[in-house]
Amino acid sequence: MSVNLDTVRHIAKLARVRVEPAQAEALVGELNNILGWVEQLGELDTKDVPPMTSVVERGQPLREDRVTDGGDPEPVLRNAPDSAHGFFVVPKVVE
Amino acid sequence: MSAPTRMTLAQARDALAAKKISARELTEAHLTAVEAARPLNAYTVETPEKALAMADASDARLAKGEAGPLEGIPLAIKDLFCTEGVESTAGSHILKDFKPAYESTVTANLWRDGAVMLGKVNMDEFAMGSSNMTSTYGGVVNPWRRNGSDEKLVPGGSSGGSAAAVAARCALGATGTDTGGSIRQPASFSGVVGLKPTYGRCSRWGIIAFASSLDQAGPMARSVRDCAILLRSMAGFDAKDSTSVDVAVPDFEQALTGDVRGLKVGIPKEYRVDGMPAEIDSLWQQGIDWLKAAGAEPVEISLPHTKYALPTYYIVAPAEASSNLARYDGVRYGLRVEGETLDEMYEATRGAGFGDEVKRRILIGTYVLSAGYYDAYYNKARQVRTLIARDFKAAYETVDVILTPTAPSAAFAMGANMDDPVAMYLNDVFTVPASLAGLPGISVPAGLSMDGLPLGLQLIGRAFDEETLVRTAGVLEEAAAFTAEPAFIAGD
Repeated sequence: MSVNLDTVRHIAKLARVRVEPAQAEALVGELNNILGWVEQLGELDTKDVPPMTSVVERGQPLREDRVTDGGDPEPVLRNAPDSAHGFFVVPKVVE
Repeated sequence: MSAPTRMTLAQARDALAAKKISARELTEAHLTAVEAARPLNAYTVETPEKALAMADASDARLAKGEAGPLEGIPLAIKDLFCTEGVESTAGSHILKDFKPAYESTVTANLWRDGAVMLGKVNMDEFAMGSSNMTSTYGGVVNPWRRNGSDEKLVPGGSSGGSAAAVAARCALGATGTDTGGSIRQPASFSGVVGLKPTYGRCSRWGIIAFASSLDQAGPMARSVRDCAILLRSMAGFDAKDSTSVDVAVPDFEQALTGDVRGLKVGIPKEYRVDGMPAEIDSLWQQGIDWLKAAGAEPVEISLPHTKYALPTYYIVAPAEASSNLARYDGVRYGLRVEGETLDEMYEATRGAGFGDEVKRRILIGTYVLSAGYYDAYYNKARQVRTLIARDFKAAYETVDVILTPTAPSAAFAMGANMDDPVAMYLNDVFTVPASLAGLPGISVPAGLSMDGLPLGLQLIGRAFDEETLVRTAGVLEEAAAFTAEPAFIAGD
């Protein structure tokens, strides 16, 4: 499996990362180099091997379902590039 | 008493307790050293006022006999830790000027025990790198130089600022984080001790996430004892991190008994990789001989899937990173670059805010998680990760601890390896397997390369058995008697 320029543009779109045309060209080679290298995993027979989901063998911890924090918008909005009336401001989404 | 910045953390603690020095004097000496070390570019933010206020509070507690285990100890904090009201940017332009409204659990634990914050230290952007060269603040200069050369070298990464600050004597210790070797490799390159605890030992809450199934905080300092002291304060269960594990935190310093008689030390044959420099191979043999002379028993072991660890890591870590870094969207914090639509704003913000290596990993991660490739790459890597963890499990049926080199080379020149990502990734060939298995590891400076640069040896322990790790590392440290000093020491 190898990526071409269209694939790079497609995954950049999926990742919402703007990639300039020259950069996209360079990424084709770089990503193929990395993907070619990781493909050696194909040498291994992993039939019946469970994929690791948790490196520490523990049960899922549960806590009481109650509110522990919140109701304080000021610190939440303090680092926002743009906010108004206690909300984050973004470009218009719905016409 | 030696110069305050020349002491180890343990010596400083004892001098403070004996009232031979005040916390203020100790902190002032370090703040002077921090200024003197500016050419290294290790600190990204200096917090002298905060440091002095914390030191004065420490002096008050010392006077009242209420000193904590780290009372008055000045530390450097990796920029990946959120520190309330102090810039926490993960070395990234996208988090420019971000000042968290909260404190990470690990740093809060350090302040609870009396430590003093000197400032934030430089790192590879989002901890992605092995040289510290991917930081938006620029690279960190390793205080070490090759014999007879003034060429600037990297301190390793991603915790490069932490390693350089400790090596240059402008902090008694530092926090680091390790995802695939980011504590141990810079410790090796900079001639300091770095300990990556078992996954789950330290809370990840408030540490800016890179690869959540691998990230772990740990101490970096100038002795094994200092790391043991720091780890005790950093570690502990935290209900705010569902992967932190509720096990007792021992007094790791007590583990330094100096006795390794009868201990079985595994020597994995797969770590003798092609092209490994002879000096690293001979240092490894020297380490085996030291432990043997102390009464330990070296045992050759096999970790058959070792060669697959790096490619596994470079699927798992970017996959998790692509998901974690989705949060940087120009809406809630950090950089925003305006666009006509919401999607354009996201793309413009992320295009301008992330550096090349971070973009590369986000794209790799997005690709391996995308429809049609998920099974072939991501699931395959998770299966191989299981095999790697099983290798270690089997080995620990016959041995107590494993000894390997930390890195395949000494520090390299700033700018080297930058045009070949895979060559850069190979720096972590010896550290990544333990990361994938969640196991604790420590790097101890053990000798010098032919051109006078520090080289580390790594010990890998059983899960939650940092005590055996510390005990063995202490014996290695004593045998190595590493007293070499870097070319640059702050204030000299």
